[in-house]
Amino acid sequence: MTMIALRGAIEIGLIYGLVALALYISYRTLDIADLTVDGTFALGAATTAVCTVAGHPVLGLFAAMGAGVLAGFVTAILQTKLKVQSILAGIITMTALYSINIIVMGNRSNLPMAKNDTLFTLIPEFAGDYTRLIVIAAVIALVCVITVLFFRTPLGLSVRATGDNRDMVSASSINPAFTTTVGLCAANAVVGLAGALFAQYQKVGDSTSGTGTVVIGLASLIIGEVLLGRRSVVRGVIGAIVGAIIYRIIIAAALSASISASNLKLVSAIIVAVAISYPAIKEQLDLHKMRKAAKVK
Amino acid sequence: MSKMLVLDQVCKTFNPGSVNEKVVLTDLSLELEKGDFVTIIGGNGTGKSTLFNAVSGNFYVDSGRVELDGQDITFLKDYQRANQIGRLFQDPLKGTAPNMTIEENLSLAYMRNTKGALRFGISAKERELFRQRLAMLDLGLEDRMKSKVGLLSGGQRQALTLLMATLVTPKLLLLDEHTAALDPATAEKVLNITKKIVEENGLTCMMITHNIGDALSLGNRTIMMDSGKIILDISGEERSQMTVPKLLEMFHQKSNKALDNDRILLAK
Repeated sequence: MTMIALRGAIEIGLIYGLVALALYISYRTLDIADLTVDGTFALGAATTAVCTVAGHPVLGLFAAMGAGVLAGFVTAILQTKLKVQSILAGIITMTALYSINIIVMGNRSNLPMAKNDTLFTLIPEFAGDYTRLIVIAAVIALVCVITVLFFRTPLGLSVRATGDNRDMVSASSINPAFTTTVGLCAANAVVGLAGALFAQYQKVGDSTSGTGTVVIGLASLIIGEVLLGRRSVVRGVIGAIVGAIIYRIIIAAALSASISASNLKLVSAIIVAVAISYPAIKEQLDLHKMRKAAKVK
Repeated sequence: MSKMLVLDQVCKTFNPGSVNEKVVLTDLSLELEKGDFVTIIGGNGTGKSTLFNAVSGNFYVDSGRVELDGQDITFLKDYQRANQIGRLFQDPLKGTAPNMTIEENLSLAYMRNTKGALRFGISAKERELFRQRLAMLDLGLEDRMKSKVGLLSGGQRQALTLLMATLVTPKLLLLDEHTAALDPATAEKVLNITKKIVEENGLTCMMITHNIGDALSLGNRTIMMDSGKIILDISGEERSQMTVPKLLEMFHQKSNKALDNDRILLAK
């Protein structure tokens, strides 16, 4: 792998680290498999593209986060107020977003920003080729710090408790529907930002850019957990980012080993399936060994 | 004295209109004075836990009124009532978040008192308060405040839940067989802690138990339930004269059926 390819992998990895971070909030903390993410990623891309073309790339990042909050809010209302199952609620919002993303970009499926200033062209090249990497890393570090601090506030603690023991949250006189909503909005805001950064990085807002994002995010999250464990929030957050970078490096290595780009989703799916089922498979194998040992005696 | 809890002709039927229709509370009326400690006995399925559910708001009652300290709470949601009502269940795992530390759990319970979402972490003052309260349990938990609650035993978790439910003094404490899942020694310990906390804070309290001895020795009033009704309500002189065999005899007469509940028989 060339240095340029490695740097690119780390840059994209950092951006997708935000998706893994969002899944840390929704999947790991709230214990909700939120499939809105695929739609929200593209929504972030579409929103930021519209703003960037209008000459406001930085505003576009915040707008993408706002759009993400709205998407998360819709999913949250569907499951808390209207009692739609959580996975289905995410699928419904994601499906609606396919159309909405195209509407946002003015009835087109992609919106190029090649001729416009983006976050990355606005900032002068203070560190040569590494400028872009440093800018992305700074944004991601900021989001991580905010996330860790949020989980230390009373509201953040309540969000964590909601995924851990919902009954106990209502027993503490906190509405679990409210904490679920806060968690989903926060997670989708982060995903929206990831989509926006990705779009500005690629210089195009693409309505299909979100497809498969959930699986990539999950794979990254799990790689991070395998490496750093799940003991604390700080480890979880850092693990998500590190996992995403490693995932991207694996993908880059796969690409340079001439696995075709269209097969990458298959590779991602296999990584996730193996990583999630690993404890169950190990248990089966151990049991098999124990039985064998017992027979020999 | 002022009434702390008033249940006025409360009715509840589950699955009305279907083959599974079950009337669980029939015109149930009950009044608790401030500082009352009421023990509740009765066979399985007689409506004891349903009574607690009606009070703590797990469902809305079909008819009737629920009043807490003069405030009509009939249509308040469970989490809104939880501000003033603490509750413990038989299952010691139900009241705590296993993946969070002891102090984080306590901090959540303490939120009933502290409003305002923008504070970071747990203040030194709060931590000191938690440490003092934990020390009262005499289980050594005050030195393990950063341990995850999932690592504690059932008895330790139930004691912690009790502490959490009373950390901000509730107007009413509901104990639903909260020692039934613990071994006898631990159960006694948790019961003693319960007594201590209730007495020290002058709490108004209702406790469901299958131990008739406990039912008579604890608190100042005992009620017996059957088929969603209160069939016996004794306090004062009448209660101090009561013995376990007499109470069992009464159970026979009032409910007009043989005692088919092993747990009550064995609890003598």
